[in-house]
Amino acid sequence: MSETTADTVRPPAPAAIEAPADRTRRLRVGGVMLVFALIGFGLAIFTNGGKATFQLVSGDLQNNLLGVPAQFTALVLGILGVIAAGAYLLRRVPQSYSGYLAALLGICFIGSFLCWAAAGKTFPLANQFQGTLNFATPLILGALAGVLCERAGVINIAIEGQFLVGAFTAAVVSSTTNSAAAALIAAAVSGVVMAWLLAVFSIKYLVNQVVLGVVLVVFASGITGYLFDQFLQEDADKLNTPNVLSAVKIPGLADIPFIGPILFNQTVLVYLTYLAVAVVTFVLFQTRWGLRVRAVGEHPKAADTVGIKVKRVRYSAVLWAGVLAGLGGAFFTVGYAGSFSKEMTAGNGFIALAALIMGRWHPIGAMVAALFFGFATQLQSQLQIIQTPIPGELLLMAPYLATIIAVAGLVGRVRAPKADGEPYVTE
Amino acid sequence: MHLELSGLTKSFGSLVANDHIDLVIEPGEIHCLLGENGAGKSTLMNMLYGLLQPDSGEIVIDGEKVQITSPSDAIKHGIGMVHQHFMLVPVFTVAENIMLGRENTRAGGVLDRKKAHALVTELSDRYGFEVDPEALVENIPVGVQQRVEIIKALTNDASVLILDEPTAVLTPAEIDELIGVMRQLKENGTSIVFITHKLKEVKAIADKITVIRRGKVVGDAEPSASEEELAELMVGRAVDLVVDKEPAQPKDVVLRVEGLTVIDERGFTAVDSVDLEVRAGEILAVAGVQGNGQTELAEALLGLTPIAAGKISLDGDDLTGRSTRQRLDAGIGYVPEDRAHDGFVGPFTVAENLVLDLFRQAPFGNGLALRTDEIEKNAQARVEEFDIRTQGIDQPVSSLSGGNQQKVVLARELSRPLKLLVASQPTRGVDVGSIEFLHARIVEERDNGTAVLIVSTELDEIAALTDRVAVMYRGKVVGVVPADTPRDELGLMMAGASKSEAHEVAIENPTTLGTI
Repeated sequence: MSETTADTVRPPAPAAIEAPADRTRRLRVGGVMLVFALIGFGLAIFTNGGKATFQLVSGDLQNNLLGVPAQFTALVLGILGVIAAGAYLLRRVPQSYSGYLAALLGICFIGSFLCWAAAGKTFPLANQFQGTLNFATPLILGALAGVLCERAGVINIAIEGQFLVGAFTAAVVSSTTNSAAAALIAAAVSGVVMAWLLAVFSIKYLVNQVVLGVVLVVFASGITGYLFDQFLQEDADKLNTPNVLSAVKIPGLADIPFIGPILFNQTVLVYLTYLAVAVVTFVLFQTRWGLRVRAVGEHPKAADTVGIKVKRVRYSAVLWAGVLAGLGGAFFTVGYAGSFSKEMTAGNGFIALAALIMGRWHPIGAMVAALFFGFATQLQSQLQIIQTPIPGELLLMAPYLATIIAVAGLVGRVRAPKADGEPYVTE
Repeated sequence: MHLELSGLTKSFGSLVANDHIDLVIEPGEIHCLLGENGAGKSTLMNMLYGLLQPDSGEIVIDGEKVQITSPSDAIKHGIGMVHQHFMLVPVFTVAENIMLGRENTRAGGVLDRKKAHALVTELSDRYGFEVDPEALVENIPVGVQQRVEIIKALTNDASVLILDEPTAVLTPAEIDELIGVMRQLKENGTSIVFITHKLKEVKAIADKITVIRRGKVVGDAEPSASEEELAELMVGRAVDLVVDKEPAQPKDVVLRVEGLTVIDERGFTAVDSVDLEVRAGEILAVAGVQGNGQTELAEALLGLTPIAAGKISLDGDDLTGRSTRQRLDAGIGYVPEDRAHDGFVGPFTVAENLVLDLFRQAPFGNGLALRTDEIEKNAQARVEEFDIRTQGIDQPVSSLSGGNQQKVVLARELSRPLKLLVASQPTRGVDVGSIEFLHARIVEERDNGTAVLIVSTELDEIAALTDRVAVMYRGKVVGVVPADTPRDELGLMMAGASKSEAHEVAIENPTTLGTI
């Protein structure tokens, strides 16, 4: 056989000309980036002279302060941001690096913004990061639960419902048993029960998964609300006084300057969250179970033809995800607030869903997105404290606005698992 | 392994897909199952592989009756299957696909990727497959994906390998290589069940031929039987394999395509600066292996996919930038590749589907209302003219057979005065009887002075139906040649060779199929 005949058909080479769809996307995303860069630059111009002071240790107003010339720093960051946005818009950087450009722009924008807001004042930077982690913890757990479900091909809109039930259960069990371990285990179990409902109706009875998810959220909100009214409010002393988990210092690591106290003086639930990110990433990509989960989410029939029990794998993924979502719910009561109240999860389950999409169905990506959302939420409350000219109502919108922008335009070419939301039916 | 199927029966509703089928596969033989689309070949094999459960009948392996209720049962009994639509996870690597379902693991279920890598390399080397274990499946050509499927079956120690229409996606050269692989497997003692409807392939490779028609075994044949005999057995009556037509009398250029470039969603150049001309009164074939830009070319002509560069004109009229409806109004008829998806609305009636692109105009539309009497009258006429076999014009099109569905689509498109007819895969999945009719109608349209552009992957169809052939490879037209160009030369061009290269090489190295 000659050279020519041995040649098989390869996919065509990447195009020299940009596809029209890519071009539109680049211009649109680049446009949004440029708007942000220019806002950042504009803020730098309007920054009053003087020093912006950043507080590096929580509660310490005397020492450990970082002072920078506000306008100069803001200007430098603003110009960097404009360069980053321009480079993306004008295609000066290979496509594969565009994510870094967006990240650079984001950091520059936030930097300029902080310099502007903190000029002549003291900004509690340590609190900012501490709060970021607080807000992000349930989001990370919820998003990880979503990753597990959707990688297996089951859409999970019900994270919000799992949160609520987890929060409720943890509060009640902690109040009655005084045991943190029991509270967390009970929360995980309640998450699994919710997940079981999701699994049975979506995998066995083939109910539309989006409708089902919404129904489960309404159900969770209804049942926790009813129980709260009937029992928790009546007998709050006995049933709704959970012990908030206490922080556990990790010796050595907690002494690292600045990040040590933030990351390693936390509750056991936060440490569990770190662990969950690592474990889910490893399990999903390095183990037999993970390979099968991804296979049934991408091409269930292919999995079936090599003898994998598609439905069984989907059940197991959804149920394990229930553990994570239940723990995420527990954070609201025993990890943070110290008591249960109606609808206390306030849409965080849906934000976790957004984090999952923004993180492109990858555990690490989901974590980064969750941290970003957490940062935005915390920033809003910090800015109210140091009093910026922006009205608080507008600032309250910021995290949601960030969510919309991130999910709508800046996620790039997102590819969900191929069989996400499709029930597997054998003939 | 000695495999015997006896009395296997399977019905779907009122349709008996398999009716008491008996089949014996001897060890180390290549057994061809020949039959038209919808004859029940795949149903039979899906029962053997555990994807479907027979209503009655039994499967006997080496004298022992076995129950196969799932693919894992089939694998356990040494049955492997390469499906027509590959069962590979596109975002997984080759090695991941191979190990899926039979993973080698270390402690705690951690994947042993090294072992899988070594396994792929070993089998790939043994059969000369040249498969990279770490390549992502979505990035490798279909021919290689098929080899991955074969490796997958071999790693499960298959002693019977079912190949379901394996050649549909391959270039002629790749088909030749596949035939080589099948012979090699046979020498190692593997039996092969080869499912196809292509007569040439059957004659080239089979030890034994079983013909299935409408769910029944209608007879056995020897590979020495002529193509006509096999076709008659398959269809149930004498079949005219040649299309009756006069030489074309091309007139003015109707369609002119200049420098047409299409970039697909993934950012790859699907159509790469293509220049084409189609004249009134001729049929131009766009040939090539599936996925070399033909689909995108046809869609670009209709304005269904945006173009990155180039110009399309019809009768000197620039169509670039016009909407699909404007192009249809300008006189383009379109038979889409995936008719069930793009060609008709399944739940709509035959009558409704026959006016899908006409209902806006008189006589079918009248202001906001539809003139149902006119629509019915039109439907009666078309059903008669095109010999559409339906229980009535009020039946949903989805209840018709593939061939009759295609007749509905073609009848609709031909009921407007056309300057250009674009037909993608006009006879895919269509029974032989309907193919004859569709071909005759297309030739008739040509003789009426319409320019016709056919996109086809079937060399037989191209040779029988068309006047000139433009061969596409990786988005480029590698050459335009007369329709009577030898099969081997076309095959080489479909793998990227230029006209002159193909001519030389084909003379020196005739392929198995080309010489039959």
